[in-house]
Order: sequence, then structure tokens, then C-alpha cells
Amino acid sequence: MSEISAEQVAHLANLARIALTEEEIEHLTTELGQIMQAVEKVSEVATPDVVPTSHPIPLHNPLREDVPTDVLSVEQALSGAPEHDGTRFVVSAILGEEQ
Amino acid sequence: MARAALMDFDEALERFEPVIGLEVHVELNTKTKMFSSAPNPANDEFHGAEPNTLVAPVDMGLPGSLPAVNGTAVRYSISLGLALGCGIAPSSRFARKNYFYPDLGKNYQISQYDEPIAFEGSVEVELENGRTFEVAIERAHMEEDAGKLTHVGSTGRIHGAEYSLVDYNRAGVPLVEIVTKPIVGAGADAPALARAYVATIRDIVLSLGISEARMERGNLRCDANVSLRPKGQERFGTRTETKNVNSMRSVERAVRYEIQRQAAILADGGTITQETRHWHEDTGTTSPGRPKSDADDYRYFPEPDLLPVEPDPAVIEELRAALPEPPAARRRRLKAEWGFTDLEFQDVANGGLLNEVAATVEAGATPAAARKWWTGELTRIANAQGADAAGLAEPAHVAELAALVDEGTLTDRLARQVLEGVIAGEGSPREIVDTRGLAVVSDDGALIAAIDQALAAQPDVLAKIRDGKVQAAGAVIGAVMKAMQGKADAARVRELVLERAAADN
Repeated sequence: MSEISAEQVAHLANLARIALTEEEIEHLTTELGQIMQAVEKVSEVATPDVVPTSHPIPLHNPLREDVPTDVLSVEQALSGAPEHDGTRFVVSAILGEEQ
Repeated sequence: MARAALMDFDEALERFEPVIGLEVHVELNTKTKMFSSAPNPANDEFHGAEPNTLVAPVDMGLPGSLPAVNGTAVRYSISLGLALGCGIAPSSRFARKNYFYPDLGKNYQISQYDEPIAFEGSVEVELENGRTFEVAIERAHMEEDAGKLTHVGSTGRIHGAEYSLVDYNRAGVPLVEIVTKPIVGAGADAPALARAYVATIRDIVLSLGISEARMERGNLRCDANVSLRPKGQERFGTRTETKNVNSMRSVERAVRYEIQRQAAILADGGTITQETRHWHEDTGTTSPGRPKSDADDYRYFPEPDLLPVEPDPAVIEELRAALPEPPAARRRRLKAEWGFTDLEFQDVANGGLLNEVAATVEAGATPAAARKWWTGELTRIANAQGADAAGLAEPAHVAELAALVDEGTLTDRLARQVLEGVIAGEGSPREIVDTRGLAVVSDDGALIAAIDQALAAQPDVLAKIRDGKVQAAGAVIGAVMKAMQGKADAARVRELVLERAAADN
């Protein structure tokens, strides 16, 4: 059985730039743990002879025509950003690197 | 690491065998992005747009937005897979590659993981020295590019950054990532092979017309994996991955540098750290990036927002039938058609001028004239400008220039002046001849008048010629050319001077 720790929740929240209080972390740790347990029930029925299924409905190929349409205006694109310089998003210093 | 800590390249090759693996990212030039209908900045038509002006909700990962696969991007990917000799998967699916970085607003990149669209191919690569290799392709898969980050801070580099600016124009640009199998046995040719491989991929995508393929714009990017193993050892050594090397020349230099650097460490009893490294164009060195392991946890899982891609077999066969001639075969054919020597052909091919020379010949020039202009004057001007000769002038204009020389309207010297005008965008060669008044003066009367004038100033020349000192004519020819402002055919002037000497005798 997988356990979710409060440290993992805090770490993920930090990566996702979501500010959580101690209470919220505690609450989410319990909830995420329960979700994990529920999902793990799948492994009880997923015996080796069951093919993993990613798409249960037999549909495929809904391809889009390669025709440009309207895009967001810069103002619209930036409207939800906590910080921007008028043309680009401003994000806090990055210590990682591009993937 | 300082240069001094590198092992001599030849010594490194005596002791170790290099194994390389190459990952090339190709930005497709479809009209729209991979998963949204926003215009694609990797298409020339939309290149250079202002930041965040080519962005749809999907590209920013806005809640509620859903991706829709670009059918043209799928067809382009299949064509590329086929050109690489790959099998095309009857069914392939997309996967989420999860990572936290603001270059993608969704916190994941839609890529392909366990079911790539193309797999198991091979491509013939010809080195500048004429040696050929079969490079085995592991897979080619579809994915989306990420946004562009500009780091702003005291040093302007990532680690000193105070903040970063994000432009999502590039987010969602269709990419195909081509991964080779480990390439063994190239030995000292490994760096040149890496370069030639990237050049071959560039030739292939250009001939398919599926990418603008400009490395300086990032349309084509190469990550080079390099490892060394002691000669005779079966097991591969630990590899490093040098990221985003942005020119053909840098690919070669980066592989060479890593071979020398790793050899010095291994010979000293050290171990190679498996890591991502950055290439520095200015110093010609690599530096460590983040440590990387095969256990990098991107938590790949099937993309639930997209259905599997199952291309119609008839469409695959249509695309297969429409494939252009493979680059290596095309080179062999052109070399035979043009009748060039090995050296002449390599001059053209290594200068990246095959397409230009071919188009110039198609426009009516002789192969010899086309080669002369492209590898000569155009390359000289390009080098002086620090640019590529390819693209400096229209092949049709070069062919017209060669025709003007052939028909005697221009001397080589005048033709070079006309070429300057062509490069400056003043029009076609014939137009420039007219507007600049550069045509050769073919009127003998005008030439004779100029000769008379020159002879009057140098009366002893005729006597010298009659004494057998024919080279004395040079002084008169020079004076006439000067008087005619270069617009005379020196050979004709010489004939006229000699005729005069003979007639007056």
C-alpha cells in the first residue's frame, strides 16, 4: 500500500506554486492517501493476463485540419498571470533547466 | 574543465572506443501547432511574431481546453518515419511527460512513450571524406515543443537569474524526435559522423518539405550522447548527453570535446558522471548541467485527452510512393550527371551547396559554371559576411549571370559587380546590367579610340611588341580597361592591340 507523506504534498505544492496552509497539507495528505488506496484496488484485478487499457472506447484518429484560427490577444493571454511585463509572463527565478 | 585536462584526440582514440547516440528534434512547418489551431512560428509565414501573439488556450494549458491532433503533422511524421526506413505503427498513442517547469503551462509535455509512430529504421550517411555509414534508427516520435524562457538577472544566466520571462509562441509547435541506436565503430570519424548525420536529417526534412530546417532558429536541434569504453570491452561506458547543439559544426566539435574530456578522466582512473551537459559555442567546451539517470521520473502515462492514432494503411502507402530520392542516392546521381571529380563534388556538397548548384543547373547553367559561382565568389562573399552561401542569391539569377558571361555581355570582373547588385537585392542580373550600365563595350570603334589614346601615352609599346615582347601589350590593355571603367573584354582589347602592331609594321 502506498503512503503519501505530508512532505510529498508540501513538495508538490511548492513545485506547482500553490500556497497551502498546514491544515490544508494535512487534509490533502489524508485525501490523496485515500485516493491512492482506491486506485490500488485496480492492481487486485489487473492480473498478468489482462492487457493494460488506456482507452476503453474503440475510437481513433480524430485528426484536425491544418488551418489557422484566431488566437488569444496578448492582453487575454496575460490576463490571468500574477505578473507580466506587457508581452511576456514573469515567473520567479528558475533553478532547473529546460527539459 | 580547462582545455589542458583534455586528452589528445588521437591518443584518446588509441585507448578508447567512442560510442555515440544522437537525438534530433525537428520542428515541423505545418500551418498550425500540434494540438491547437494557433499559427505555427516554425513555419516561415509566422516566424518572428511578437511574444505571446501565437497562443491558443491549449498552448497555455488553460483549464477546460482540450488538444486536437494536427492531421498534417501526423502525415509529415509518417513521411519522415518512412524516409528514415522505419516501420509505421498501425496504432500509436500519446503520453504525458510530467515535469514542473514554466516552459509548458500544463506541467506536462504531450509526447509519445511506449508507442511511437515510427520505429526501427536506418539511414545512409556519407561523411565529408567520402566514407559511408548505416546509422540505425531506434524510433521517431511526435511531441510538442515548449515555450521560450528568457532568464533575467545579474549574470543573465540561469543560476544567477532573478526572474524569467515566458513566451508561449513556441509552446505546442509540432516536433518529431528522432533517436538513433548506439553508433559503434565510427572510431576517429565519430565527430564527423555526428555532423554528417545531422546534415543528412536536414537534407531529408528539406526534401520532404516538412521543416524549414534552420538550425540557427532551432528548427533542428541535436542532443549528442557520448560514451567511451576501453578497447576490447563489450559493455558500454557511462554516457553524457550534450544538449541543444545549434549548428552542424558545433555537433562535430561537441562530440570531439566529450571524447577528449572523458578520455582524460578515465585514463586518470576517474569515473564519468551520467549527466546532461551544456555546449558553449564561444569556448568550445561543455559544462555540467543537471545529473541525469535512466530513472528520471517523468511519470509517463497515456494521454487521456487524446485517442490513439491509427493511420489508414492506404495513406501510408501513398506517402511512401511520394517519398523523394534519399540524399545519399541523390548525391551519387548528381555527381555522375555533372561529371565532377570527387574533389569538385565534395567542394559543393561540403559547402552545403548541392541544392543551389542543382537549381542553378536546372535554370540553364552548365554544371561547371554553377559550381564556379557558388563555391567561388558567392562562398567568398558569404564568408566575409559570416553567412551561408546557400540562400545568398537566387539560383535562377546565378544561372542568368553565367549566361551573360557566356554570351559576352559581361566579363568575369563585371559579373562580380553585377553579383554584388543581385545580393543587394537590386533585381535580376539583366536588370542590374541595364540600371548600372555594366555591359561590356563590344563596339570595336570605342575600344580602338581608347587604344589610340593609350598608345599615344605609351608610344614605345608597339615597337616592343614588334620586337616580340608581346607582354608589353599589358600596359595598354590595363590603360584601356581603366578608361572603359572595366567594361571591356580584355581578351578583345588584346587582340586589337596586337592587330594594330601587326598592321602598322
